[in-house]
Amino acid sequence: MIRKVRSHIVQEEPLVFELSSAGKRGFQLPGLDVPAADAAAELGAENVRGPIEGFPEVSEVEALRHFTRLSTWNYAIDLGMYPLGSCTMKYNPRAHEEAARVEGLAWAHPYQPEELAQGCLEIMARLEEALAEITGMDAVSLQPAAGAHGELTGILLVRALLAARGNPRRKILIPDSAHGTNPATAAVAGYAVENIRSNDRGMIDLEAFPRLVTEEVAALMLTNPNTLGVFEVNIARIAEILHEKGALLYMDGANMNALVGVTRPGDAGVDVLHLNLHKTFSTPHGGGGPGSGPVAVKRELEPFLPKPRLKQEGGRWRLDYDRPQSIGRVRAFYGNFGVLVRALAYILACGAEGLRQATVDAVLNSNYVRKALEPYYELPHREPSMHECVFSDQRQARRGVRTMDIAKRLIDYGFHPYTVSFPLIVPGALMIEPTESESRRELDLFIEAMISIAREAEENPELVRTAPHSTRTSRVDEVSAARKPVLRWRPGP
Amino acid sequence: MRYLPKSDADRRAMLEAIGLESLEGLFSRIPPQLRLGEPLRLGPGLSEYEVLEYFREQGRRNPAFPSFLGAGAYRHYRPALVDVVASRGEFLTAYTPYQAEISQGILTAIFEFQTMICQLTGMEAANASMYDGSTAMTEAALMAMRITGRERIVVSSGVHPEYREVLGTYARNQAMQVIEAPYDPDSGATDAACAAALLDGRTAALILQSPNFFGVLEPWQAAAEAAHAAGALLIHVFTEAVSLGLLAPPEQADIVAGELQSFAIPPSFGGPYAGVIATREKYVRQLPGRLVGQTTDRAGRRAFCLTLSTREQHIRRERATSNICTNQALVALMATVFMTVYGKQGLRELAEQNLAKAHYLAGKLPRRFAGRFFNEFVARAEGASPEQINQALLEKKIIGGLPLGRFYPELADCMLLCATEMSGRAELDAVAEAFARAAGGRA
Repeated sequence: MIRKVRSHIVQEEPLVFELSSAGKRGFQLPGLDVPAADAAAELGAENVRGPIEGFPEVSEVEALRHFTRLSTWNYAIDLGMYPLGSCTMKYNPRAHEEAARVEGLAWAHPYQPEELAQGCLEIMARLEEALAEITGMDAVSLQPAAGAHGELTGILLVRALLAARGNPRRKILIPDSAHGTNPATAAVAGYAVENIRSNDRGMIDLEAFPRLVTEEVAALMLTNPNTLGVFEVNIARIAEILHEKGALLYMDGANMNALVGVTRPGDAGVDVLHLNLHKTFSTPHGGGGPGSGPVAVKRELEPFLPKPRLKQEGGRWRLDYDRPQSIGRVRAFYGNFGVLVRALAYILACGAEGLRQATVDAVLNSNYVRKALEPYYELPHREPSMHECVFSDQRQARRGVRTMDIAKRLIDYGFHPYTVSFPLIVPGALMIEPTESESRRELDLFIEAMISIAREAEENPELVRTAPHSTRTSRVDEVSAARKPVLRWRPGP
Repeated sequence: MRYLPKSDADRRAMLEAIGLESLEGLFSRIPPQLRLGEPLRLGPGLSEYEVLEYFREQGRRNPAFPSFLGAGAYRHYRPALVDVVASRGEFLTAYTPYQAEISQGILTAIFEFQTMICQLTGMEAANASMYDGSTAMTEAALMAMRITGRERIVVSSGVHPEYREVLGTYARNQAMQVIEAPYDPDSGATDAACAAALLDGRTAALILQSPNFFGVLEPWQAAAEAAHAAGALLIHVFTEAVSLGLLAPPEQADIVAGELQSFAIPPSFGGPYAGVIATREKYVRQLPGRLVGQTTDRAGRRAFCLTLSTREQHIRRERATSNICTNQALVALMATVFMTVYGKQGLRELAEQNLAKAHYLAGKLPRRFAGRFFNEFVARAEGASPEQINQALLEKKIIGGLPLGRFYPELADCMLLCATEMSGRAELDAVAEAFARAAGGRA
């Protein structure tokens, strides 16, 4: 029985290019208060373009309806639970949007004089301080634009420190359970990647690990809790082993939502980590960005952080460019400031107690779902779960129903799918992260849907294999899309 | 906590269902010595009113005066529709559209975005956006290295200095050699002969920005010929997207990398913005970042999905074209709304207004470079330093231009000024007057 949704009329809409007709416009410019310039004379006739072929020509009302209609084809956090494991899709409070649109913040130019940017600099300083406190680290850079960018920055910091000690070393160790960005990042930073196998409990094998840490190893990139949602209990010992050999411990902070206010990576010996403000600190995902990926480090790595750095002098904030050991810039300007505003707003709204309670509720929700679904889905690793739990499709696969099919059938029940087929160490994985934003009612509806789908997989597997059945668009042909890519609209014949 | 949808009774009932006595029990796996013994030093949670008051207070410390700053972040009017669309929860609070059946809204909008970028740049394919212009340019350089199998990048010193710094950061950790081509001190454009002489059989790409950091148009047609003669690619960079409304598209470039902030993205102290890379169809499989492609659903209806993901990190891991995961979808959406609202005629008129304002102002100031320019130019301060002229303007509640000494010591007596459709005639005249007063010894 599907209780969360029922069908409803959806508006159709062509592409904006197909809506266009010559001469329509959606905007009027103010009158020109200076003499017009002759483009051909000022720019050279050869440098002036003709009309932009195919560019939109629609009125304002058509533009508004166009994008409003498109929006109704999306699922979103505002409509309900988004149990995407490792993605931390939590509620995005709208007051934080308003904060980012405060005139003096939204219209601040990155090069306006520092005395006219004290508010922006203060916000950044306060956020750096809060993130250092939350992670137990000594210094934070807000410059990286997203998680993978933060990872790259972190690994460049590792390289810079080790190079300053005399040898940047050659390789980075990465567990086979890690996110794909970890090995890709290590490669972009010029390191060789050595994948290390998890033990049968999905953890780092403490027996084998010391032998892997040779003088060639620059760092281990560890996700904690790992992608099975399990806390790496030996993290402090792992840090010691690395440090004894002069290597560093990098922590991927993607799963920080399980730790805030409960335990701090810095206290466990982590040397450098990145955070995803769009996960843990509630800034909206926006359909795939913008994110923000601050990097937090121990004192030893601070001289190498990207420049400029914030510095306080005589009660005023300024930007310090005189950082001779810095790895340099990783992007123009200072970071995704608008995202930083939203993250600080979240931290201020929650306070210490609220942040901790969010963590507790996130872990509670994940365990509640795990307990309820255990009788119906295979649980390949039985260690206690933190903020997410990972099942496999082993039982349903016997009836030809795979994790992707179950995920697509969830759509018919009014939910966004969980994360499919990840982590790679669990064949046919169902990775579920409810986050703290779900009420018991929403969780119960989700559990009911999952149980119902398990039953359907037994009784009517074809129904599940061909889902979704109730969406405006049925399952799309991704294979043809990749084989003959059509990446832009072109006018018909 | 108002963001958390649970009562204590809910929590107790859920604990009971799990079979735990207390909430602490959820964390029993974490070794006791690693558990925080005290609350984080962050203070109590604040009400919505208090949170917003804090940010309004900080905003008041950054007065939003009329400004002549450009240099990679531009002050353009933002049509009301942009925030109306970007604030819709279905766009704002959606995840990356991996599940195509319930993500057709953002997928369709990004497909439109990719198309509009192609129409503007004269390229055949564009990605779904990058972090910003500086990282787009750097990723374009890495892409050129993959395509040519060469490791040298020649970059004009007329490219935004911070973009070049980012390129340098990546280069130091890759087998990339970066060589700078000087600008011509008279025209302000890249010295074409010099740049051509630097190109050889090891060169992967020549990078030019046009209009360049000084606002000057680059001779990119000649540059394209020189690059191609050496078997290298031409990477064309833009930071002022509004210029594309009037300037001929860089059709002979192989890769176009740019920043779209001008398309209704608030300056927001430097981010979030949206970069983009566009290129020829034959190089699509070397493009970094997400791509949306057209396909059909089971009923044969047109549909869109993320595609060519075998280039990406979640499939290829250490063999991916880039480590990039996130794009700037919501920001790209804002740019798409902007392009739709202004449209074919509006974008051109907007560019023409920018041209008119900047040329009106430049006509009253001593220009440093002779090259043709769009809405930015370099003026030489006479009788006072650029900083002193800015100080005089600040007294009239106007933020002047960017003194160039910090990036180009040889231009310490110059400032970069940008005029847009938002620059009123009174402010333009005030800038002219401040320069004139300085020159007349009256500053």
